[in-house]
Parts: sequence; C-alpha cells; structure tokens
Amino acid sequence: MLDDFFSQFLPSTVGGLVFGSIYALVALGYTMVYGVLRLINFAHSEIFMIGTFASLVTITAIAPASPLSGLALVGVMVLIIVISAAASGGAAVLLELVAYRPLRRKGATRLTALISAIGASLFLQELFALVIIPWLTGKPGRNQQSAPRIVDRETVFTIGNAAVRTDHIIVVVAAVIMMIALDRLVNRTKIGRGIRATAQDPEAAVLMGVSIDNIVRVTFLLGGAMAGVAGALYLMEFENTVFNVGFVLGIKAFTAAVLGGIGNLRGALLGGIVLGLIENWGAIFVGSEWKDVIAFTVLVIVLMFRPTGILGESLQKARA
Amino acid sequence: MKGNGVSDSSNPLRRVGALFDGARDWWEHAKSWQRYLVYLGAIVFALILPAPWIGSFMSPGSDWTTVLIYPIGTYILLAVGLNVVVGQAGLLDLGFVAFFAIGGYSVAYYGTHFGWNYWATVLFGILLAAVSGVILGAPTLRLRGDYLAIVTLGFGEIVRVTANNTDEIGGARGITNIPHPPSIPGVVEFRLLPAPYYYLILVAIVLVIVFSVRLQKSRVGRAWAAIREDEDAAELMGVPTFKFKLLAFAIGAMIGGLAGGIYAGKAVFIEPNTFPFILSATILAAVVLGGAGNLPGVILGAFVIAWLPERFREAEWLENALGENPAEYRILLFGAVLVLMMALRPEGLLPSRRRKAELHEGTGGMGAMGAEVAGPDTEVSTEAVK
Repeated sequence: MLDDFFSQFLPSTVGGLVFGSIYALVALGYTMVYGVLRLINFAHSEIFMIGTFASLVTITAIAPASPLSGLALVGVMVLIIVISAAASGGAAVLLELVAYRPLRRKGATRLTALISAIGASLFLQELFALVIIPWLTGKPGRNQQSAPRIVDRETVFTIGNAAVRTDHIIVVVAAVIMMIALDRLVNRTKIGRGIRATAQDPEAAVLMGVSIDNIVRVTFLLGGAMAGVAGALYLMEFENTVFNVGFVLGIKAFTAAVLGGIGNLRGALLGGIVLGLIENWGAIFVGSEWKDVIAFTVLVIVLMFRPTGILGESLQKARA
Repeated sequence: MKGNGVSDSSNPLRRVGALFDGARDWWEHAKSWQRYLVYLGAIVFALILPAPWIGSFMSPGSDWTTVLIYPIGTYILLAVGLNVVVGQAGLLDLGFVAFFAIGGYSVAYYGTHFGWNYWATVLFGILLAAVSGVILGAPTLRLRGDYLAIVTLGFGEIVRVTANNTDEIGGARGITNIPHPPSIPGVVEFRLLPAPYYYLILVAIVLVIVFSVRLQKSRVGRAWAAIREDEDAAELMGVPTFKFKLLAFAIGAMIGGLAGGIYAGKAVFIEPNTFPFILSATILAAVVLGGAGNLPGVILGAFVIAWLPERFREAEWLENALGENPAEYRILLFGAVLVLMMALRPEGLLPSRRRKAELHEGTGGMGAMGAEVAGPDTEVSTEAVK
C-alpha cells in the first residue's frame, strides 16, 4: 500500500492541484459573500453550474475541427472565460437582487436567508434541468452534456513519473492569474476598500459614504465571475457537465473556504489547494469513491482544532 | 434592524397570520377542559383522516392512505424531530436525513441479516441514531451556527456515500425484502395494506408530540430557549450549554431514527438514494415554513410541504399550463415558494409569539446578516448623512 502511495504520489499531486485551483476559485465567491453579508450563499454552486453551461454553449458554437494550440488556444480560452464570467457574474447579481435583497431590507436573520438560498439553489437547478438545458442543447435536461475537446492534451514536461499536460497548466495558470487580479482589486482599489469597510463594520461604512447596496452587488458580481471562470476551466478539463454539477463541488469549495478561514481571500486559495491535494492523496489509500468522505472528514477535523480555519478570518482585518 | 412587518397589511400572508394570532389568543386563555376537547377532536380527526371521501379530494391521483404514511406522516415525524434541534435549541442542522437513514438501515440490516424482531430493530435504530447524533455533535457543537450547518450537511453526505460504498449493507443496490412488523394477534396485522401502518405512524407522531411538548415546558426546554436567544448569557447564568445542545442533537436524532425505522418497515426496500440531501432541505423548509419552535406550525408546514406536490401530481390545469408531466416541476415550484415565503413572511406561517419577537430582534438561531444596514431605517440614516 505504501508502494502504491509512492508510485502514485506525484500524479495525484498534479491532479490535486488542478482540482484545488477550481475549488479555490469557487471558494472565493463563498468567502467574499460571507465576509460582507455573513451569509452562506448556498446558491453559489448553481452560479458555477451556469458558468459551465455558458462555456459549453460557447465551445459548441466555436466547435474547432481539431484541438487547438498556440495563440489560437489562448484567444479561445480567454473568450470562453470572459463569456462564462459574464454569465455567472450576471446570474449572481440577479440572484442577490431577487433572493437576498428583500430579506436584507427587512433585517431578516441568517437562518431565513439560508433557507431562501436553498430555495434559490433548487429553483435554478430545476430551471436548468427542465427548461434551459433542453433549450440550449436540444437534449434531455437531466443527462450529462459533453463538450468537444479544444485543448490538445500533450505532455509539456514530467516530474518523476507525473506527466504535466497542457490542460493542467492552463487551469492552474488561469486560476492563479484570476486570484492575483482579485487580490489586487480588493486590496488596492477604491471599490475594494469599500468591500473591506463593509465587511468590518457596515454601519460605519455607511456613515463614511459607502453605498452598501453597490458594495453587495459588486461582491456578488466578483464572486460570481470567479465561479464562472472556475466553470470554464472545469468544462475545459473534464469536458462534461450536468444540471447538478455544482452540488458536491459547491460543498467542497465551501469546505475549502472554511479550511482557509472564511472571509479571507488568500485563505480560500490555500484551502482550495490543500483540500484538492488531501483528497487526491487520501484517495490513493482508500479508493477514489471515498473522496467526498475524506473532504468532509478533513472539514470536521480542521474545525475541531482550528474553528477559524488555517489563516483565520481577515477580510475584515485586512490592511486599509 | 428591527422588523417593520407589523404595519405591512397589504401582504395577504400577514392577514392569514392575524387569523392565527386570534386562535392563539383564545388558546392561551382556554380552560383545560377546552384544551382537552381540542386534543380529542384532533385525534378523532386523525383517526378518520384515511377515509376515502377525504382522499378523493386530497389526493385524487394516488392512494390517500399511502400518501398519508409517506410523505405526509413521515415528514411530520421528521419535522417534529428537527424542530427540537432547529426550533427549540436554535441549532441549524442540514443533514437531518442522516438519522432517518440510520434508523432505516438498522431496521433493514438487522431484520434481513440477523432476523431480529422488528420492534427490537426499531429500538436499536433509535439508539444508533442517538449515538451518532452525539458522535457528530461532540466535536462540532462548539462551532458557530453556519459552520455547524455545513458540517451537518457534510455528515449527511458522509452517511449516504458510506452506505453507497459499503457492500455489507447492500451498496448502491440497497436492501430488499425488509420484513414487515410482526402482527399483534387479534389486534392488527401488518401486511401490504397501508391502513395499519398509518395508525402505527399516527401513534408514533402523537407520542413524539407529547414528548416534545413536555420537554419544551421542562427545565430542558427553558435551557434550550435560553441558548437559542443568547448562548453567552445562558452560559454565564450557569446553563451547561454544551450538554444541552448535545441533548437536543441526540433527541432530534432519536426521532429521526424512529421515523426511519417505521418507514423501512413499510417500504420493504431502501437504498442510499432514498436519503438524499434534498430531503434534509425539505424537512428544514417544513420546519421554517411552519414557524420554527411552534409545534402546530411545524406540523402544518410539514403537511403542506408533503401534500402539495402530491395534490398537484396529476392536476389537469397544471398539465395544461406546463406540459405533459407536472410532477416534474414540483421541486422547481418548491424552490420558488421557499424564496417567496422567506421574502413575505420570514417567521413562518404559524410562529410562536416568542420566536417572532426573537426573529425581529435578530436573535433566536443564527443572528442577523452582516451589512444589514439597508432597509427603511437606513434610508433615514443615509439621508441624514447627506
């Protein structure tokens, strides 16, 4: 068994990094919304799902005759990512407007908001399964939908016995670029300062002239766009999606956010990567059908010993 | 900020709520013989409920007694159990279906593999559910509300995935030929007819309700209310909050296990997908929809949530509006109703007065959302800033 572990360690690490990058991108949305609203945006997994379908439609429309490489690939990937991010970001803003804003106006509790989020999540899943997917693809909405391959999967280099392919590099690099951009945005710009101020003390932020409604909208937009990017990368890597693709992935991304310290952007990145790696390494020992159990067990253990996650809560305490 | 809902009379749900308020005022001042009369009336009503003439209106599409057992009776039992955790102790549990599954699997497994007596397996299932509730609760109940929610959600998935991957308990194929409860000679025989199971589940519901009400009025119930409203204050006043939270988890789990045992005895066949996350969400929605913490409300909520999809399964006007199979749309409608309901009447259909006050104060459960400066109050304050 230990031999197995050593022979599969490096390939699992590569797989773990790929999964981890996607978890991290989705986790950013949970962490930002939680930082500002103290709300688990349960429907965020459906925002991710919308992203996968936006890329599915785009890829099918482009439909390259053979997998791309070089500059054409970069162009197409950027196009897919932008379209998915726009679709998911727009959906997230709409979600906030319909499901959360009325509650915020009434000063409802977080329990109420969570139930509303669960309702919105079920509604979006079923809306896609029953109406939107059949309309987009012409196939039954509950089936798995596969996408054509756009990336030529050739081995770029090897580390030990692990082959690092083009698609692995695209996922990790794109995720890292997005995360750096978001980190800059939140830490360096005026709108980012507004987000941090709202997360720290909403009442003081209002008094300082921050428009809370705008900040909440921007937070959902950014979180949604990140989920859209994650959706595009997911579809490119795994080449299929289904109406409830977000459910398990969403729980795991939330786990990643908690793992890193919810409310903390860099924590979400760290949590995503750590979760992806642990899950893949653990799967070597007990088999990949137990992956989900490993992830949730990790969550319980981390919360037992360090309830604020690895890096702790700090969207509120970030530098001004 | 403080709720401003009272003045909002344009909202139709509030007028229905006002009607319930009147009934509650009467109830609070009713004499004890009046109350017992109501109890008696409710039980007589429940006894004659399976009558075909009621069924022909309530569920024209499927057998009414069967519908009364599952989903209606089972949902009510589960909702009363979850109400102990969510409504009384104010802990959010998103994986309640796990205890339902544990009860069901213990009846199925010990009944088929070891030939245990049905009642013994039910009791054992309740015990197992309580133990797993403690095992889940012990490490996690120190967590904040919404972390707890996700951990419980994870637990529900762990139980389902484990059942799916363990061949000893049937794996993905599940367990078939679960024995029916043994007959009680001269009184009742449990075979394929649904009626005996209906009365079995009715007895279970009545017992659980009595148990739950007695608990609520005891020292334990007062401790739960204190924890729900302000955990720190409760701890300072000498309430051992952790123990009481654990107790709430264990009792809720036991009721979930009981529901699972009864369900498995009727169903003959269970598999991991009998216990999906959506069931946890549905039961939670039932509790919140009815008015968490208030038993009549919770029962009403569970009834509505279980019955509406059945009622509309073969409704002709829905068929005309939506296409060939309206049953397909029930989760979609369910999700939309949840969102609408939370926007229009977040405290539920029939909240207890205390819960309502708590919710308006932002206590009771998980506290208020962040960035909640918005709302009528804020509009004033932002104008002041200008």
